[in-house]
Amino acid sequence: MSNLVIETRDLTKKYDGFVAVKGLNLSVKPGEVFGLLGPNGAGKTTTILMLLGLTEPTSGSVRVLDLDPARQPLSVKAHVGYLPEQVGFYDELTAYENLLYIAKLNGLSRQEANRRIDEALQRVQLTPVVNQRVGTFSRGMRQRLGVADVLIKQPQLIIMDEPTQGLDPERVREFLELIHVLKGEGITMLLSSHLLHQVQVVCDRVGLFRRGQMVLEGTVVELARQVLGGAYRIYLEAEGPANAINKALTSMPGAVNVRQLENNVYEVEAEHDIRAEAASTVVGAKGRLLKLDVKTQSLDDIYAKYFEEVGHAKAS
Amino acid sequence: MPKRAEALRSQQAREGSPWTGLWAVVAKEMADHLTSARMRILEVLIVLTAAGTVYGAMKNLKETVGQDPFLFLKLYTTAQEPLPAFVGFLGFLVPLISIALAFDAVNGEFNRRTLSRVLAQPIYRDALLLGKFLAGLFTLSLVFTAIWLLLYGLGIFGLGLPPSAEEVGRSLWFLVATIFYGGIWLALAMVFSVVFRQPATAALASIAVWLFYTVFYEILASLLTGILSPIRYGLTEEILVQTNLNIFLSRLSPNTLYAEAMLALLHPTIRSLGLVMPIQMQGAVLGAPLPLSQSVLLIWPQLTGLIAATILLFALGYMLFQRQEIRA
Repeated sequence: MSNLVIETRDLTKKYDGFVAVKGLNLSVKPGEVFGLLGPNGAGKTTTILMLLGLTEPTSGSVRVLDLDPARQPLSVKAHVGYLPEQVGFYDELTAYENLLYIAKLNGLSRQEANRRIDEALQRVQLTPVVNQRVGTFSRGMRQRLGVADVLIKQPQLIIMDEPTQGLDPERVREFLELIHVLKGEGITMLLSSHLLHQVQVVCDRVGLFRRGQMVLEGTVVELARQVLGGAYRIYLEAEGPANAINKALTSMPGAVNVRQLENNVYEVEAEHDIRAEAASTVVGAKGRLLKLDVKTQSLDDIYAKYFEEVGHAKAS
Repeated sequence: MPKRAEALRSQQAREGSPWTGLWAVVAKEMADHLTSARMRILEVLIVLTAAGTVYGAMKNLKETVGQDPFLFLKLYTTAQEPLPAFVGFLGFLVPLISIALAFDAVNGEFNRRTLSRVLAQPIYRDALLLGKFLAGLFTLSLVFTAIWLLLYGLGIFGLGLPPSAEEVGRSLWFLVATIFYGGIWLALAMVFSVVFRQPATAALASIAVWLFYTVFYEILASLLTGILSPIRYGLTEEILVQTNLNIFLSRLSPNTLYAEAMLALLHPTIRSLGLVMPIQMQGAVLGAPLPLSQSVLLIWPQLTGLIAATILLFALGYMLFQRQEIRA
């Protein structure tokens, strides 16, 4: 018995010679929100399909909720909710009818189904349109109906494939809030996305995918340290002897890199937040500190930097 | 050792029944069929056909009431210019309805992006495909049974005679043959709906196969017969071999099987569907009707052929669907 919700070992999937996923080792703990990040075609969806038993792995092992999705797909699918990329519904049926079909496929009684449908629709604020045909729904409403659809089976794990794609910023915010609430209820979640800054807000840990391999894994701060050197960037504006300030900042413990951006503006990359030390260092070097600012790294920076580096390495 | 074997088996076997959720799929698909605009159009078409042909047949039959012991069966087979008989209409309405019910069964789910969502529920693909097929077959049965009852109503009303038990039995068998004839086209359209991503392509392919069997297959069969067993010396044996080959080839078409089943069931006087030698007719009372059991015996191969073709085509679609990657 492992207490991991998802565990894969050397998971590999090949499609006629093309390797979609290569030697993936992924582990997701209970209650965690894990983000699978990477460009389109990096193998995220294939990984998800293998987790659900909808595609058989070429080699390697998968455990989901301590079950084997290839051999026990019914138990896995009974406890795992899946929101596919650009989720589709039967347009000619109402929201209620669409959800009722799913409830029946899950073997729920009519009474239990009705109760759960009411509850799920309330959660995603679609109760007023319960008897409206889904054909009339907007993209955002469909996405929320997709979440209701997943909630019907009261899952222990929810897997979402590109859940924020095609939503306007306001809908994205609402959607992420909903994920946050679900996380608060202890539901484990796996999100796949290529829209990093959106996912960053809700993910505890992320894994960066590239050509079927998970090339980086960890919290956003950890990744920043790995890829960018420093997880924090401190911006200082100070008047005074540039050379002396530069030197003093560089020799500061914890500082990784110092750059002078403009005449009086310095950027310090640091492993942790050393704003206070930086301020006293500048003053100590006879500088007049005018402004002090810190910026934590965003996933976008990490992503851009990482793929830039890899690109360069390949070109040379 | 047996314990290990058991453990191994449980490791290899898929958990649970492949038919979990089957009836949920059947119920949903049937509800879809029965409420769809497509079905309404077909229903109007078939009711018009039934009413039109029966009216035509009745005008003809009223003159001969009392002379024919199988008057009700004549309702199906009597043509009144310019309309063909009801069975003639069925010959192309049945494939049309069946194809219309199934040509977008699987690719429709793909295009609406509902397939991955449905298959993420605790069911196997088996249940989805069989559920769709059964829903189609039940819908066909429902429609044809309704038409069958309608014909009876109109017949009793127009002719003023109740049908005999023998006639009811014969037309019931005819109903079964019709449903499985529909089953073939249903399964065929379903295979194409798995193979082609575009519903229009699947529909066209199904109709192409139907056209091939309706228009070109007879020509092809006689052409093949001529090539495979030519008549060189004009011997009786040669002619016999050639005729048998021709009958065999044409029976590879579902249309022939259905036409023969129809012929034997609705015309009680038909005693053979192949060649009959004068020697075999010795002692037979010409024109005397066969009892129902003998007619059924006569078309038993045709009937099993129709059912077998339905099952084979479904199995083919099933195999293709199991192997298909579901990622959209």
